[in-house]
Amino acid sequence: MPGKAFAVVVVIVTLVVAYCVIAHVWWMPVDISVHGPGIDRQIEETIFGAGTLFIAGQLVLAGLAFLYGDSKGTRRTKPFPGGAKPLIIFACVVVGIEVLVLSFVGSKAWGAVYFTPPDPDSLRVDVQAGQFAYYFRYPGPDGKFGPLHPELISEATQNYFGLDGDHDADSKDDIVTAGLAIPVNKPVLLTLHSKDMGHSFDVRELRIQQDFVPGIVIPIHFTANQIGKYEIVCTQLCGLGHYNMKAYLEVLSQADYDNWLKQQAAMQ
Amino acid sequence: MKAGYRFLTLTAALLAVAFGLLHSGSSVRAASTSQITGTVKLDGTAPHQKPIDMSKEPSCAAVHKDKPVTGEAVVVGSNGGLANVVVYVSQGLTGNEAAASQPVQLEQKGCQYLPHVVAVDAGQHIKILNSDQTSHNIYPQAAKNSPWNKSQLAGAQPLDVTWANEEVIPVKCNVHPWMRAYIVVVKGPYGVSDDSGSFKLDLPPGNYTLTAWHETYGTQTQNVTVASGKPTAVSFTFKAK
Amino acid sequence: MSAQAAAHHAPPKSFIRKYIFSVDHKIVGIQYTILGLVSAFVGMALSWVMRIHLAWPTASIPLLGTIAPGGAPGGVPTPEYYLALMTMHGTIMAFFLLTAAPMAGFGNFMLPIQVGAEDMAFPRLNMASFWITLLGFVVAASSFLIPDGPPISGWTAYTPLSAVGQAAGPGQGWGQTLWVLAVAAFCVASLLGSLNFIVTTIHLRTKGMTLDRLPMSTWGWFINAWVSLLAFAVLLPTGLLLLLDRVGGTSFFIPGGLVINDKLVPHSGGSPLLFQHLFWFFGHPEVYIILLPELGIVGHIMPTFIRKPLVGGWKVVTWCMLTVGTLSFVVWGHHMFVSGMSPYMAMVFSVPTLFITIPSVIAVLVFIASLYGANIRFTTPMLFCLGFISLFISGGVGGFFLAQPAVNSYLHGTFFVVGHFHFTMGLAAVFGAFAGFYYWFPKMWGRMMSERLGKVHFWLSFVGVYCVFMTMQLMGFTGAVRRYSSFVADFMAPLAQTNRFMTVFALLLGAAQFIFLYNVIWSYFKGPKAPDNPWGATTLEWDTTSPPPFDNFGGRHMTIHHGPMEYDGDASVMQTSPEKSIAGT
Repeated sequence: MPGKAFAVVVVIVTLVVAYCVIAHVWWMPVDISVHGPGIDRQIEETIFGAGTLFIAGQLVLAGLAFLYGDSKGTRRTKPFPGGAKPLIIFACVVVGIEVLVLSFVGSKAWGAVYFTPPDPDSLRVDVQAGQFAYYFRYPGPDGKFGPLHPELISEATQNYFGLDGDHDADSKDDIVTAGLAIPVNKPVLLTLHSKDMGHSFDVRELRIQQDFVPGIVIPIHFTANQIGKYEIVCTQLCGLGHYNMKAYLEVLSQADYDNWLKQQAAMQ
Repeated sequence: MKAGYRFLTLTAALLAVAFGLLHSGSSVRAASTSQITGTVKLDGTAPHQKPIDMSKEPSCAAVHKDKPVTGEAVVVGSNGGLANVVVYVSQGLTGNEAAASQPVQLEQKGCQYLPHVVAVDAGQHIKILNSDQTSHNIYPQAAKNSPWNKSQLAGAQPLDVTWANEEVIPVKCNVHPWMRAYIVVVKGPYGVSDDSGSFKLDLPPGNYTLTAWHETYGTQTQNVTVASGKPTAVSFTFKAK
Repeated sequence: MSAQAAAHHAPPKSFIRKYIFSVDHKIVGIQYTILGLVSAFVGMALSWVMRIHLAWPTASIPLLGTIAPGGAPGGVPTPEYYLALMTMHGTIMAFFLLTAAPMAGFGNFMLPIQVGAEDMAFPRLNMASFWITLLGFVVAASSFLIPDGPPISGWTAYTPLSAVGQAAGPGQGWGQTLWVLAVAAFCVASLLGSLNFIVTTIHLRTKGMTLDRLPMSTWGWFINAWVSLLAFAVLLPTGLLLLLDRVGGTSFFIPGGLVINDKLVPHSGGSPLLFQHLFWFFGHPEVYIILLPELGIVGHIMPTFIRKPLVGGWKVVTWCMLTVGTLSFVVWGHHMFVSGMSPYMAMVFSVPTLFITIPSVIAVLVFIASLYGANIRFTTPMLFCLGFISLFISGGVGGFFLAQPAVNSYLHGTFFVVGHFHFTMGLAAVFGAFAGFYYWFPKMWGRMMSERLGKVHFWLSFVGVYCVFMTMQLMGFTGAVRRYSSFVADFMAPLAQTNRFMTVFALLLGAAQFIFLYNVIWSYFKGPKAPDNPWGATTLEWDTTSPPPFDNFGGRHMTIHHGPMEYDGDASVMQTSPEKSIAGT
């Protein structure tokens, strides 16, 4: 009896899980990036491959538990036909192939983000993460970012980046904002640096997640192809305010973006 | 009998006078302090204060939708009056002055500290309220007092704090980096200049040195003599860099 | 041999030498097991507070306002208190329950007996390792008593958050320092324990106990001891470097130019990624340190209740454990795909991470295939073994996702990861440990546990863990971020309903564990007396009284004639029996 009950429970669990995954009960948001479909495809393939192993494993486990309860008799036990060899061959071949396929195909999706150089015409935005907010810096009309002086950082006077407009000509026209706005269908190159702790830049819809590492400037690039407002959330534990560390990414038409940038410049 | 009534009346009258004198102690004291009124001005153009973008906290951004707020490092009102200057007595106190007893309030509203600068006596209570829908985190960065760092959830009970030592304590909110306040702990009477730069404080007659402190422009001192029964006027002028 | 001479010792006379400061491996094992039970309930209680807060963020949690008026004014946890609970939940569960109990608890009690020895090779070192572990637990727990509370940097303690001190936030002053000291103590104890397990298995096997006749659980502990030795040997110096950064002014892990609270941090030249590499070089083997004993325990228990040997005998599962243990040292970078490490290194780590699934799959296939043609006796230990297999499959498939950098870049830092490691470490490993507990309770305490209560415990737990953690893992597909003290992000607020579902089942699951606790306590006092071999098993621990006498075998010299899996239906042949083999092992 317990064996049959176990089998039933396992089968029910398997079916419920399969349903939840296939019906996308909890699922990813729409993808808005050029490289995103590659990642989504990889996820779908992994669901297929790993899901098959999951379902097969659970169902065989359930079936055998169901069938081979102790019959309180004198039934002699039977060895598994072929012994361990078929199991080892199955694992090495089937799982091995799956693993190789996922590795090679997956490297393409990863490569699209990290192994391709950024477009030379990318919009460049400097991103700073610090406990517990993101600030963004646009280079302004001169197209150059002024140098950063950490010793000049003052939240009290909203000098988040430590810019010295009085002495650094390139800093004078830098535009510091609390939100990231970019034009749609334009390549964007972000340079990520941290003011204090480890943080992370995570926009689910962009299928981009990259940690900030204090002491290093990390570039990431992408092109967003859908207008909208998306959340940037921190996924690297950075202290007590981690749960509320976020900013908004706005993907705008070129005209709206130009307006936005003008408004932000006027507020500096 | 007549002598007895006279004696009684006299005694009662004397007792009444004594009683009245005892209970008019405060008014007797009040009669002995004079008011200092003053203005603080900024000479020159105030540096541009950037508008604060609160988009990471939508509930607070909504509060300021129609009227954006700016940084408060330098707040100048009409006629060049400089706000948020704390004026206190740095020399001349006898040490007998009672600490102000009423608690002072520091409120977190719309993701700003109200008021931006709070002055208290050592030992005077500050009640810290969170009137926002979001949690705040209060971090008074004290050096001469014990620093602490506490979260206050939306709707939580007010925090009740006191400070033992004189100090200018910057207060920040970890969660909202643009929020800044100053708690200035002093001894004796104090005043904080308002939007028009006006302040007042009460002192007994005597010679004093007043210090005016501003978060951006630092301190200035002035000697002042307070005469009995006469109000005294004092003014400070800070130079914009 | 000197090891044998050291193992031999006279029986203790006083109560203190018998039960408190005892060099007897059986007592040390029981002490570790009790510490594990305490850790389990403390760790669970912390998780209940976390779960209740996530489900009902404004609710006042009963008693909490009185216990922790600073951390939870009015009974509502502040963000920093939530993170402190989370850090201590991970630390207590991962180290003091999962790493310690199945290895040092059951292993200490059983391994010397299973190899036919009188005690561990170094009984005094063994006693020391328990007391150092307990010291570590006390030091860690003491962080709850200091004003600023425990650290908030997670059990992973990434730098600079864990290295710069008080400025980083509440709990990052003394709380973090106490934590580092506690973990360092744990490392020392673990290293001592590993030495004991290795030397005992190599040198103290009784006559005829060749390596091919070792029980599966001994193999699990033996292989685990090697992995543990090499991994904790890296964590200990890492902890010391972190301590030096915190109090010694060094900058191993802190780069220059950091500004906290508008003040420049006076360190420079260090690397936060260095800490991550060092930590995960330990951290990945650590998860196998948590798992390998259970693979051995399940492999040991299953033949008893399926009444036949495992497919492939001792060799296949042992080779799987050995391969997994070895490969576990070359995959640590899969925790760091998006960390800022070179993306080319990501590919280098991804390949072995995917390949390590193969020996794991083989082990699972062996367990499943062994059921074919078996006569399964569904006792409580057997049910927990079956539960282990199901839960390990569920957790293992999550690994396929996280092993690929492209997929990981979406799922990293989400509840998918939290679900994955709870399935593998918190559920599968714990079910394996429960199997061991129910199996060996009669031997350790001389009484039988209630089968009825055991089955109730199993069913409630099996259904409960799927309700909580499968939901959690699937919720990860939304990108829901972990380590958040509340779900205020726009896209996470709608998950409140899911949170409440998980919390309700988590609390029910917790309540079910009290049935287990009641069973343990009741059986200890009132359970029917256990015979020498209640399960009809074959290995040496069943060849002596329940509980065993002081020197384990009452002066007998045990000679081994068979492997550990001589089962065929109702028949079985003990390892010491001179009878013919019935299963060819």
